[in-house]
Amino acid sequence: MRLGSGTFAAGCVVIEVLGVALFLRGFFPAPVFSGTERQAESPAPEPSAGASSNWTELPPPLFSKVVIMLIDALRDDFVFGSKGVKFMPYTTYLVEKGSSLSFVAEAKPPTVTMPRIKALLTGSLPGFIDVVRNLNSPTLLEDNVITRAKAAGKRIIFYGDETWVKLFPKHFVEYDGTTSFFVSDYTEVDNNVTRHLDKVLKRQDWDVLILHYLGLDHIGHISGPSSPLIGPKLSEMDSILMKIHTSLLSEERGALLPSLLALCGDHGMSEAGGHGASSMEEVNTALVLISSAFERKPGDVRHPTHVQQTDLAATLSVGLGLPIPKSNTGSLMFRVVEGRPMREQLRLLHLNTVQLSKLLQENVPSYKKEPGFEQFKVAERLHRSWVRLYLEGSNSEALANLGAKVRRQYLDALRMLRLSLTRRAAQYDVYSMAVGTVLVLEALALLLLGVPQALSSRAELDVPLLSPVLPLLFGLLLLALAALHVVVCTAVDSSCYLCGLPWLAAGGVMALTAALLCAGVSALTRIFAGGQCLTQTPPQSTSRWSELGLLSFLGTVGHVLSLGASSFIEEEHQTWYFLINTLCLALCHQIYRHCFLGDDCAPQRCPHTGEEFDGVAVARQGKRAGPEGWELSHAPKDPSSLEALRGPERWMVLASPWLVLACCRLLRSLNQTGVQWAHRPDLGHWLTSSDHKAELSVLAALSLTMIFVLVQKRCSLTSKVAVAFGLLGIYCYRAAIGNVLFPWQQDNKDISKGITEARFVYVFVLGILFTGTKDLLKSQIIAADFTARTVGLWEIHSGLVLLAALLLRPHNLPVLVLSLAVQTVMTQFIWRPLRHGAAAVTVMHYWFGQAFFYFQLWALLGLLLGCYSLGTRACCISSSVLESPSRQTQPPPGLASGCSCVLRTALDRCTEHPAPGPGGTEFHLSLQPCP
Amino acid sequence: MGFSWQEYWSGLSPGPGIEPVSPALIATQENTMKDTDIKKLLYTHLLCIFSIILSVFIPSFFLENFSILETHLTWLYICSVSATAVNLVLYLVVKPNVSSKRSSLSYKVTRFLKCCIYFLTSCFFFHVIFVLYGAPLIELVLETFSLAVILSTFTTVPCLCLLGPNFKAWLRIFSRNGRKKHRACEENGTEAQHSETSSVTHHKRVTSVWENSLQITTISSFVGIWLGAFPIPLDWGRPWQEWPISCTLGATFGYVAGLVISPLWIYWNRKKLTYKNN
Repeated sequence: MRLGSGTFAAGCVVIEVLGVALFLRGFFPAPVFSGTERQAESPAPEPSAGASSNWTELPPPLFSKVVIMLIDALRDDFVFGSKGVKFMPYTTYLVEKGSSLSFVAEAKPPTVTMPRIKALLTGSLPGFIDVVRNLNSPTLLEDNVITRAKAAGKRIIFYGDETWVKLFPKHFVEYDGTTSFFVSDYTEVDNNVTRHLDKVLKRQDWDVLILHYLGLDHIGHISGPSSPLIGPKLSEMDSILMKIHTSLLSEERGALLPSLLALCGDHGMSEAGGHGASSMEEVNTALVLISSAFERKPGDVRHPTHVQQTDLAATLSVGLGLPIPKSNTGSLMFRVVEGRPMREQLRLLHLNTVQLSKLLQENVPSYKKEPGFEQFKVAERLHRSWVRLYLEGSNSEALANLGAKVRRQYLDALRMLRLSLTRRAAQYDVYSMAVGTVLVLEALALLLLGVPQALSSRAELDVPLLSPVLPLLFGLLLLALAALHVVVCTAVDSSCYLCGLPWLAAGGVMALTAALLCAGVSALTRIFAGGQCLTQTPPQSTSRWSELGLLSFLGTVGHVLSLGASSFIEEEHQTWYFLINTLCLALCHQIYRHCFLGDDCAPQRCPHTGEEFDGVAVARQGKRAGPEGWELSHAPKDPSSLEALRGPERWMVLASPWLVLACCRLLRSLNQTGVQWAHRPDLGHWLTSSDHKAELSVLAALSLTMIFVLVQKRCSLTSKVAVAFGLLGIYCYRAAIGNVLFPWQQDNKDISKGITEARFVYVFVLGILFTGTKDLLKSQIIAADFTARTVGLWEIHSGLVLLAALLLRPHNLPVLVLSLAVQTVMTQFIWRPLRHGAAAVTVMHYWFGQAFFYFQLWALLGLLLGCYSLGTRACCISSSVLESPSRQTQPPPGLASGCSCVLRTALDRCTEHPAPGPGGTEFHLSLQPCP
Repeated sequence: MGFSWQEYWSGLSPGPGIEPVSPALIATQENTMKDTDIKKLLYTHLLCIFSIILSVFIPSFFLENFSILETHLTWLYICSVSATAVNLVLYLVVKPNVSSKRSSLSYKVTRFLKCCIYFLTSCFFFHVIFVLYGAPLIELVLETFSLAVILSTFTTVPCLCLLGPNFKAWLRIFSRNGRKKHRACEENGTEAQHSETSSVTHHKRVTSVWENSLQITTISSFVGIWLGAFPIPLDWGRPWQEWPISCTLGATFGYVAGLVISPLWIYWNRKKLTYKNN
């Protein structure tokens, strides 16, 4: 059977995606949650020996009113550290001397707002996979405190981050969501919350008040935790806390029950100001529970103790007299109920333990062997005897002793149960991961083996189907794999995704694995068979390795290898900067060699390429050998074109690598990324600070003009006009949301949010893309119309550039300009005169694309790191894309630039090397990864 | 002289090329000449290595608290000075090149001044390259410049000693079959391999063993400094990960490796290497 190389590549990519998906499914632990439908089941009764006095109702609420003051990115040392002492005097007083309990609550990664809110309210551990699962329904469907409170008739008021309103659309009697879209705004976003406060505190018609302040997080994103803006913000928060607390205290006098004020953070803030990862600064958050119930004796020093963030859900439910959410994995903060009578304490602990053991039963098949469960049984038995003693009215001392013992037992059981549940949530599905890995590796091997053939002049691939050995091999393999599957699935007691699939699907996966293996084996044998007759031409194979080819090969391999070290992942940008610098110097070397000495080796290198070009022997030299050979066969026509260049153009050629190097160095100092040097001052911070708005405006305007100049060259007239209007629209949009100044409208105070302007630009982007596609289609129909095809590609390119310009932050616009400029310079003065092969150009494009992606990267880093700590790279991209809509701090321009990178490669190919064979082009396009 | 270089290296294998056939007599002479050259080369290189090792140990007798890591710049300059001195002395003593015809004082002075200018230019040039590679522009200028100085010591100084301030000669040496090896091209490790293979097949450009070894040491210094930058982003927090230290050490190790490798390599390939007699 013959297969077109495009089809072949597409098939390989599909299989790769499938393999990666399978791997990820196994890698991301399935979250621990309760699968049973919510129903009105009665709470677990107090264990008792007889049938006489069972306490079957829920214990009464501990607090009449609860105020949750959630401050985004409230790191623990903002409250308990030196900053807290300096800027939050009232809170510090409460923590040290007042009636309060203070904790350091540990958040689990991903330390991003929405999963954290869920953790706070459901007590579960939302994983990365949860983000994907809940993409379609923003509403929180799991059992949680808010839903329970609503069901119990509590009236809840919410002010703050819109995320809550999306999570609980019908739960609040009154709400006002603030958007976190405008990261640069850290005052209005909090004033919009605080303005309701006076009114609400006077009213009596609510039970739960939730406030979510975003300002601190925004300051972190803008200028980091050591910024001078942090102090005033903390003071503001302190004064708000004081206001709420005094008002609660004054109301409390007549009331039966005390009220609770919980000050907490959803996640911390890294030293760079971001969040998302699992560093200590991001994970540790402050949690202060303030209530007159926590009255302390003089001299009682309470230090902040470490708890899990999920513990708050159980504590809040107990505090409000609600049943604990089913998926909760946290344990009750015992210090909260310490002041209650012994019977109630034990009852509450019992409820929590019962809930956790139920969750364990649902998620772990062998739950009876877990130590936590056994301890729970022991504790329950002890509790029963305590109840009997209590009801019999024994003397108080024995009762207290036994009570203390039961309590200890319960706390131990809680700890163990929580531990086994957490471990459960971090368990890998090794079988699925292995199968996914095997699939990916097989597809990769097949791709590598097939490349020389697929890139050959026929652009086709022979697939031997009817050889007598292969079906036999396939059958045997399939049988073996099926046997393996059965053995694994019956032996492993934990749940496994592949075993959970229906038999047909699992069989399909096995058949695919076997088939790929067979194809690989057949390709390999053919290469070996072919290699034997081609061994007589080895000597010239070494001289084909040009320095650039070697550099790009070793660089790519080295980069992949470097991802094995976590530091190199954190500082991946350094790798790319280093590589492109070296690449530029190598290019420089090549150019100077050509210019000054003339390349007299070209004719010697060429002779063999013709006949061997589509042979199999090239496979040994890696995947780029084919196109290089192709390029070389064109070379001897004009051995030294650079010699012919005279005057300014020659100088341009000589200077261009230095120009590119200078550009890269300049951009490098624009944004400090990474971990080790992220705190260094950079141009980006200087530009975005409010003092330098004028400079930023000039820079943005200049950049947009330059973009127009660079982009418009090859487009049709309509597109030119559209691009010009689009760029104008971008400036208007930036001016409208207050990033840059309008020259003719100095005091425009109303924030229109720039939605109109952004839509205006989007219209142009879509228009340009549409025109480009139309041209492309036209060129497909009229086969000879080569110019239309080029123009079409360029139009699509300019559309994507316009989109990127809209999404990039204004101080990053120079990155786009310089990337376009570098691309133009490289094409005109380096690639064309030196006649680099399409493969070399593709690799260089990829490298530059990666480097430029890191040039504009700034605050997203926390998230990237969070992913790296879990060890995969693919999730970084997916979650950065997923994070963006929810947070909007960082639009995903990487995507656009990656795609435009692909596109540019295609352009170079079309404009420089007409008709390399359609198959080859397709193949490369689909191979090109997006950064 | 009862010492045969070939036997010294290759043990039992019979000395190649020594055959008493009269047409091959010239070739034999050439070979023996080459052998003495290689021997000289090995000794000079051993002396260079020795000077670098001494620069690590000797100063600690005179200076308090001397160590490579803590007083790095002091070591760097001592090393640079000693390497330069040894190079100068060795090349004056050994004189691998036939010295120029004129030897007037003024000619020598201008030559020396020219050498100094070349050296300084190369230092500045390397400094610029380091900044382009991401060295801080304003802070740590002295450190960056010192790194440039030591790299120049390992690369430019031997060139100046051997070839003099003659740019054409440099071009000749560092061009592979007509390529100009641009001085600052810090390229991939394979570049070295390339120059080697090419000098085997295309031998027109290099005229002596000395120039061949110059190629190898220079390139291995570049490769060393290039590889020396790798550990900087690692989060090990070791003192030698400070900005110039790992690169300096990399350059030094590269240079020493080049010094060791080049005589061996030339000896190994001596049959293939033929030089144009000058």
